[in-house]
Amino acid sequence: MDHQERLEGRQGPGLLQVLTNGVLFENPVLIQLLGMCPTLATSTGLKNAIGMGLSATAVLVCSNLAIALVRKIVPDQVRIAAFIVIIAGFVTAVDLLLQAFLIELSRSLGLFIPLIVVNCIILARAEAYASKNAVLPSAVDGLGMGLGFTLALVLLAVVREPLGSGMLFGVRLFGDAFKPAAFMTSSAGGFLVLGCIMALVQHIMHRAKREGA
Amino acid sequence: MGKLLLIAINAILIENYVLVRTIGCCPFLGVSRKTETAVGMGFAIIFTMTLSSAITWLANEYILIRYNLEYMQTVTFILIIAALVQFVEIVLKKAMPALYTALGIYLPLITTNCAVLGSALDGIGRGYSFIESTVFGLTAGVGFTLAIVLFSGVRERTAQNDIPKAFQGFPFALVSASLLAMVFTGFTGLTLPF
Repeated sequence: MDHQERLEGRQGPGLLQVLTNGVLFENPVLIQLLGMCPTLATSTGLKNAIGMGLSATAVLVCSNLAIALVRKIVPDQVRIAAFIVIIAGFVTAVDLLLQAFLIELSRSLGLFIPLIVVNCIILARAEAYASKNAVLPSAVDGLGMGLGFTLALVLLAVVREPLGSGMLFGVRLFGDAFKPAAFMTSSAGGFLVLGCIMALVQHIMHRAKREGA
Repeated sequence: MGKLLLIAINAILIENYVLVRTIGCCPFLGVSRKTETAVGMGFAIIFTMTLSSAITWLANEYILIRYNLEYMQTVTFILIIAALVQFVEIVLKKAMPALYTALGIYLPLITTNCAVLGSALDGIGRGYSFIESTVFGLTAGVGFTLAIVLFSGVRERTAQNDIPKAFQGFPFALVSASLLAMVFTGFTGLTLPF
């Protein structure tokens, strides 16, 4: 109710609301079901999850900002191609920066850094938001969506890393007697955990709807 | 010849892109409700992946490496793939209009399918030759098709099942994908001599 009132009360949504929208109400992974591949592949450990999440956030903020700046100049017919080139440029920059300063993270994420280019979340935000809105809200939207993506990755990693390797953020959690289930860090475990988390989200939404009605 | 066969087995079974390495999940989860469209999508992907692996390898060898522009790989490859997908779209529209409408939005989305860019980058990253790279692209596409067709069979059979409300739709698809992926982890024990 409160949220609804705030939505209707203003002309455009405030910046804070754009931010929380991205992180929670329109979470790109858990609600919009975008960007599954990096979510499943890089959530085997908390370190990788945070590294991937923040890299994608950096690209999202920069690409949303750049696209909002050029949105009136780029002709409609070639806008997708133009967006992809802009995104690919920023991804290359992030890739080179990681190779220069965080070589270990860059190695463990491997192929998934250049694959940020084809992360559906980034192109979806470019098309649905940045190409229609001003520069500042677009950048904030990128930040919100990026943090929402990071949140989903962290949620998955927090379940998968302790169960699959007995560690959290690379620190041993349990004694030597603990035998980790390698299944959890495999792709099958990723699908399973993501399915369960999404079922939980659906359950919460059903419940919220029932209470609201 | 032996090495090509090993690359093929590796790409189709041991390192199946969708089920083992989780690359290319969007179309895998998105167009797998019916076997018919899954097969169509699979063939469209095989076609684009083979062509893109071949063309990006040539572009990398004769343009990027020659002029020391290797850092432009991501940008160049995605542009080549975007152009190729446009081409596939035109061909399909003319040759198979029924399939074209069935694939709908997912056809242009092949551009942003990680598997296509992934296989191009992967083949070059592993130092494959031109032929090896092309075979790798082709067989990774075959692996994708195998996975999506198997998965669509599972989904068709379970479409009418009585599923708990919270699990209906996407969560249930993910859990079935997990079971299918578990089958493929059985191949991880297989080590190939190369």
